[in-house]
Amino acid sequence: MRDFDYIRPTSIPDAIAAAAEPGSAYLAGGTNLLDLMKGGVTSPERIVDISRLPELNRTERLDDGGLRIGALVRNADLAHDAAFAKDYSAVAEALLSGASAQLRNAATVGGNLLQRTRCSYFYDTASACNKRVSGAGCAALGGENRLHAVLGWSDACIATHPSDFCVPLVALDAVVEIEGTRGRRHVTLEEFHRLPGAAPQRENALEPGDLIVAVRLPAEAASFAANARYLKVRERTSYAFAVVSAAAALVVDDGKIRAARLALGGVAAKPWRARAAEAVLLGADANEATFASAANAALADASPSGDNAFKIELARRIVVRALMSAQAGTPERLPALPASPFSSIPGARHDA
Amino acid sequence: MTLELSFNQQPGHLRQGSSIGQPLTRRDGFLKVTGAARYAADNHPPGTLYAVLAVASIARGRVASLDVEAAKAHSGVVEVMTPRNRPALATDPDAKDHPFMFRLDLLQNDQVRYPNQSIAVVIAETLEAATEGAALLSPRYEALPARVGLDGAKSFVPRGVGVGNPAVQEKGDVEAGLKSAKTRIEASYETPAQYHNAMEPHAIVAAWDGDRLSIDTPSQGLAMAQGRIAGLFGIPPQNVHIRSPFLGGGFGSKGMISGPQVLGILAARLVGRPVKLVLRREQMFGPVGHRAPTRQTLRMGMDGEGRLTAIDHRAKTASSTFDDFFEPAADASHTLYASPAIATSHEAVRLDTGTPLFMRAPGEATGSIALESAIDEAAHACGMDPLEFRLKNYAEVEPMTGKPFSSKALRECYSQAAKAFGWASRPLQPRLMRDADGFLTGWGLGTATFPALMFQAEARAVLRADGSGLMETGAQDMGQGAWTAFAQIAADGLGLDIDQVDFRAGSSDLPNAGIAGGSGHTATAGMAIHNAGAAVIARLADLATGNEASPLFGAGNEGVVARGGRLYRRDDENRSESYGEILTRAGLIEIEGHGTGAPDPAFQEAYAKHAHGAVFAEVKVDPDFGQIRVTRLVGAFAAGRVINPRLVRSQYYGGMIWGVSFALHEEAITDRRSGRIQNANLAEYHVPVNADVPSVEAILVHEDDPYVNALGIKGVGEIGVTGTAGAVANAVWHATGVRPRRFPIRIEDLLG
Repeated sequence: MRDFDYIRPTSIPDAIAAAAEPGSAYLAGGTNLLDLMKGGVTSPERIVDISRLPELNRTERLDDGGLRIGALVRNADLAHDAAFAKDYSAVAEALLSGASAQLRNAATVGGNLLQRTRCSYFYDTASACNKRVSGAGCAALGGENRLHAVLGWSDACIATHPSDFCVPLVALDAVVEIEGTRGRRHVTLEEFHRLPGAAPQRENALEPGDLIVAVRLPAEAASFAANARYLKVRERTSYAFAVVSAAAALVVDDGKIRAARLALGGVAAKPWRARAAEAVLLGADANEATFASAANAALADASPSGDNAFKIELARRIVVRALMSAQAGTPERLPALPASPFSSIPGARHDA
Repeated sequence: MTLELSFNQQPGHLRQGSSIGQPLTRRDGFLKVTGAARYAADNHPPGTLYAVLAVASIARGRVASLDVEAAKAHSGVVEVMTPRNRPALATDPDAKDHPFMFRLDLLQNDQVRYPNQSIAVVIAETLEAATEGAALLSPRYEALPARVGLDGAKSFVPRGVGVGNPAVQEKGDVEAGLKSAKTRIEASYETPAQYHNAMEPHAIVAAWDGDRLSIDTPSQGLAMAQGRIAGLFGIPPQNVHIRSPFLGGGFGSKGMISGPQVLGILAARLVGRPVKLVLRREQMFGPVGHRAPTRQTLRMGMDGEGRLTAIDHRAKTASSTFDDFFEPAADASHTLYASPAIATSHEAVRLDTGTPLFMRAPGEATGSIALESAIDEAAHACGMDPLEFRLKNYAEVEPMTGKPFSSKALRECYSQAAKAFGWASRPLQPRLMRDADGFLTGWGLGTATFPALMFQAEARAVLRADGSGLMETGAQDMGQGAWTAFAQIAADGLGLDIDQVDFRAGSSDLPNAGIAGGSGHTATAGMAIHNAGAAVIARLADLATGNEASPLFGAGNEGVVARGGRLYRRDDENRSESYGEILTRAGLIEIEGHGTGAPDPAFQEAYAKHAHGAVFAEVKVDPDFGQIRVTRLVGAFAAGRVINPRLVRSQYYGGMIWGVSFALHEEAITDRRSGRIQNANLAEYHVPVNADVPSVEAILVHEDDPYVNALGIKGVGEIGVTGTAGAVANAVWHATGVRPRRFPIRIEDLLG
């Protein structure tokens, strides 16, 4: 591993000042960054360890009814916070469906937003990757890409964002609170992550020195508490990144959908908010036909980037199931296999 | 130097009387769970330097340049070993004296013949410095196009497959058998490249003292490794001392000493200090063997009653461009199902990969998943229950050779496992079962088999005047429980309680215990231990029965029995004497005896010797998503005498879980252009863990085998993989109606 400077600032302004220098990287849980450094994928010259900064590891209720989650809150702590899991069960479910218990104990809220793609060509330094080396090309195109993007990809990059956590967050209008050299600002999570376009190396809205200090859920997010689910299809029940996942949240009144939120994971370079599908849902009858229409709308612009056409049909089916699960109601307790299709199938037909 | 291990075997675990057959917990378990067990990389002699491999990122070509100066200029880097300064070897690492000597990449030139091949070694004061030094080498290559995939090169018929079996074999007239059949099936299956991925990476700590070499490294075959290293360095084998008390798994990848391990020794030679070299996970995808991909086609014919009239099993596989190991997949059809005509054949291509090697049930695992799938298809084509079909075609003699089986309790395996599983209520047609949650549910069956092999082993037994005993053999514990099972055999052989026996293993200065492979270690080294015990007891008996002062004087032809540290007259158990009394009277501190273990030539040719089993699997499949989960596995196995049922059950569990892995998870994803493996890490090279296998049951079926060896031991290490993979595939078909044609089974294969 290349030698690097290690700085442990004691205040947020000190951290930002240190990280604004070129070649710097923040270290929080380190569950992704250290692997990337060991693999030579990234080689920061300076590590700014924010893991002991005060005040970033708290979750607080805001006066407007929203929730502010400190950037250093551990994934496991948040998911197992009973009050949090009650109001935002789809988020808790997503958190618990990600990675392993050990990783969740270390990984932070802010870090989860910033985790890098699992595209193998990004990790393989002998392969061309525009994300890693701007202008190098994309080896994933024409390569082993059955798990790559089907929405929002470009010829420069077909990688996906691997987060589970971000999928319900983006559905629930989460906002990223960022502090930088010019003060604090708020960016919606939907706008935080970028699509690759011609510049896949720019993955998000952060400028040099910018520090995610919190993620906010607006008051309205809790209004979906009774009908919100996250569903993740993966190739191993225990621990695997999503092939495709979906977060669905509904407010249903007398059979009519009064509010709807839908986002997809594992399909694009960002957690994919399906606004066209939400428009189909809003005001419609809450039934399978409506959900199927919404699924078609969600995937209307999808196209395979390689050997992954199956993900489009799979995504449609996951959308329908996630919406049906949400309609059926948030379970009293988180299932033993969070977000897994094996936790239950709502309204399953028992004929073959 | 002898390896000293202090086991924490609580008295509560000890049993009086025979040790064999007792479910003792692992004697090394306490050391392992407390972290006190010293694995190879835990050793750190004074002055140890760290070596890190630089490996090729191309599949084929040559290294045009390495920036050695940049690496050497990095703080902490002591030396860089390249083809230019690599110490001379006494023999060419590309020489091949016999089929089991595999060619090694030891920086003999600048050629690259597979990705992750070693191209240099950086030696430094710290691991971090060596790692960065390796990165600073910034190799440049002259690359040639990689040959990738089973269609990536010209196909040929290898001279031999597996351990030298003929590539093409035929009994009877297969074409005539197919022609006469009332029902025929033809089916193809593909299996991927798989990598052993033992939890413990290949690691070595090597220290030279003149022309004597001291090594800590995991090895499944100490004497073979010792001989190979001695040959390469031109020193006597006894100058090479290898300690390998614990392996964090081997599965075949630690059977032969690998190139990176020898590079660690070369690095120590070059710098004149002890060197530690530990492979990174991704570096295990290349130089330490793998299971080659296969494409298999089976044709079967059945008469009107569902009896097989012909089996034709063809397999295509791959080896490296520079060495020969051909996965003998089609040979799986030699032993299981009776048929008047059986043909098996292999073809292969040469690809730019590391040489494939033995990987848990090599040939049996790949062949079994195809054979068991095809048998399932054949049963369905005949409208028969898969178990009924297998019983209809039950082999009373080994089908390919006509030899009688030394023992075969497969019928009992079928019936016990079927009963425990509840197979009788299975509907014949697929896609008829759903559970209460709406999941498609399927039940499948596979037959398991693995040959009962033996190799060569030696052991030394000592009885001491203080009443204790010693048993020494250079056996290897890969985690399977050798420390415990062999101690049980030793205790019985010496007629002592197990806590009175000092059992030593895992070191090359002990008698050669052969290889922990081919599921033959317990039988082979166990027989050596048993015979060594018998030899030293015979000496002790001579001392007693020949001495007038002994109560056993004159026992002569009646003989004596050794038990609990005493010899008893066989015909009068009131007359006995302790070992200590006998030795003390004779003025001896200790006596010793030697024993060997080897296949009995009298029975070698006359009998077909195999372990058998039946595995039943239940899977749940999400009807919309195609995500699969194995919810239940029940296996019943008959493998001769069981030394320790707890450990044997664990071996079956491990094998069965590996079968799940084969069917649903494991695959090395190779880039079709570069030949580089894209998922060389444990996040994306999937293997099952607890949540993936909720329920596993292994039933031990009693089986007496008078022919395999005096102890009646077959072997249990590999058989669990076979049968299980096919059972899972067949259960997926039964759940979905979709016949898996490639493994692992993917979501998109089931989406419909």
